[in-house]
Amino acid sequence: MSGVDPTFDLDGQPVALQPGDTILTAAARAGLDIPHLCWSEEVSGSASCRLCTVLADGRPVAACVTPAVAGQKVDCRTASLATQRLRLLQMLFVEGNHFCPGCEKSGNCVLQVQAERAGMTDLNFEVLNPERPVDASHPDVLFEPNRCILCQLCVRASDEIDGKRVFAIGGHGIATRLLIDSPSGRLGDSALSVDDRSAHICPVGALLPKRVGFAVPIGQRRFDTEDTRG
Amino acid sequence: MNAPPASTPPRKLRVATVSLAGCFGCHMSLLDIDERLFDLVERIEFDRSPLTDIKTVGEVEQCDIGLVEGGLCNAENVEVLRAFRARCTVLVAVGACAITGGLPALRNHLDVGDILQSVYGRVPDDPELPLPLNRVLPIHEVVHIDHALPGCPPPADAFWQLLQDLMAGRTPVPAPGLIRYD
Repeated sequence: MSGVDPTFDLDGQPVALQPGDTILTAAARAGLDIPHLCWSEEVSGSASCRLCTVLADGRPVAACVTPAVAGQKVDCRTASLATQRLRLLQMLFVEGNHFCPGCEKSGNCVLQVQAERAGMTDLNFEVLNPERPVDASHPDVLFEPNRCILCQLCVRASDEIDGKRVFAIGGHGIATRLLIDSPSGRLGDSALSVDDRSAHICPVGALLPKRVGFAVPIGQRRFDTEDTRG
Repeated sequence: MNAPPASTPPRKLRVATVSLAGCFGCHMSLLDIDERLFDLVERIEFDRSPLTDIKTVGEVEQCDIGLVEGGLCNAENVEVLRAFRARCTVLVAVGACAITGGLPALRNHLDVGDILQSVYGRVPDDPELPLPLNRVLPIHEVVHIDHALPGCPPPADAFWQLLQDLMAGRTPVPAPGLIRYD
């Protein structure tokens, strides 16, 4: 074994792994993209969104929390997983109120770009249009729960980076929602500061710093490319 | 250039278009294919469309393609959409409103009566007005759709690619970069 880096196979490509690697972290280091929404190298994995589901030796696992094992055969880009990702993304869209044309996060939104990459052209399912009041009580940060996909990135960032535990997940099933630790349950009464990492880590437009929306013109946003309208 | 046709030109495809609860922005984006419109009119003819002002879809003959912009906000929208489904072989949901309900669906968590009351001071009751729906619906909740062209509006190139694919008898698959939601 000495002198030979352990590897696993990802869609036919050897990927070097280091101790403690998950499938997703090893693939990310090798520059290979496994679609994901709720993973960030800044915080621990949570396997909330399941977009990163891959087949590890034929068994479906969340790549963000599953340890990489030398010699393992991992399939990410299969037709059935692509369909599963598409359906998962469509369900996320119909469960919230995602109005891309009017959203400040459009062009910088991870949910949006993952759906575009998955080839999502329609919603397939019935839209639920849940009723979720906006919380604009914080002077510097907007909480727009209509766009929340319950990825828990803000929960983990507030806990692990900011040391504040401002956020948690509560409720069950379709009523699951983001909770805010304050006497009123509103963001303005919480310990959140706009300088906190949790105020900026949201992959969608659910938690947004105020007064910077639409500052970047279309064509120069994070996920704009020369293929897209500029 | 300008060589005489070697054989009978292919039958022109019949295309119907409509804007339901939309803003006509998708139709404007279709016109943005610019000089390619000249190629297009050689291959298609328009049925009911804002471009022809024909009022009834498929009255002369069945349409090959129906392009539906906008979601459903009232009973007339539903009637027109069902007529499109019945008279168009391939039905395409065009734009964010047709696919998701779009910005008109922002009213979905409000009471229709309250909205009308606050906008008009009373609930308009002219018998010619179509009844508003409780919720603005995307069109796939009422009829089967064959393809969807996302975007607000879909890029002109997306229209061009879709029409070229359909004219060639291919299943439309949007090229990377042509799937946009804003």
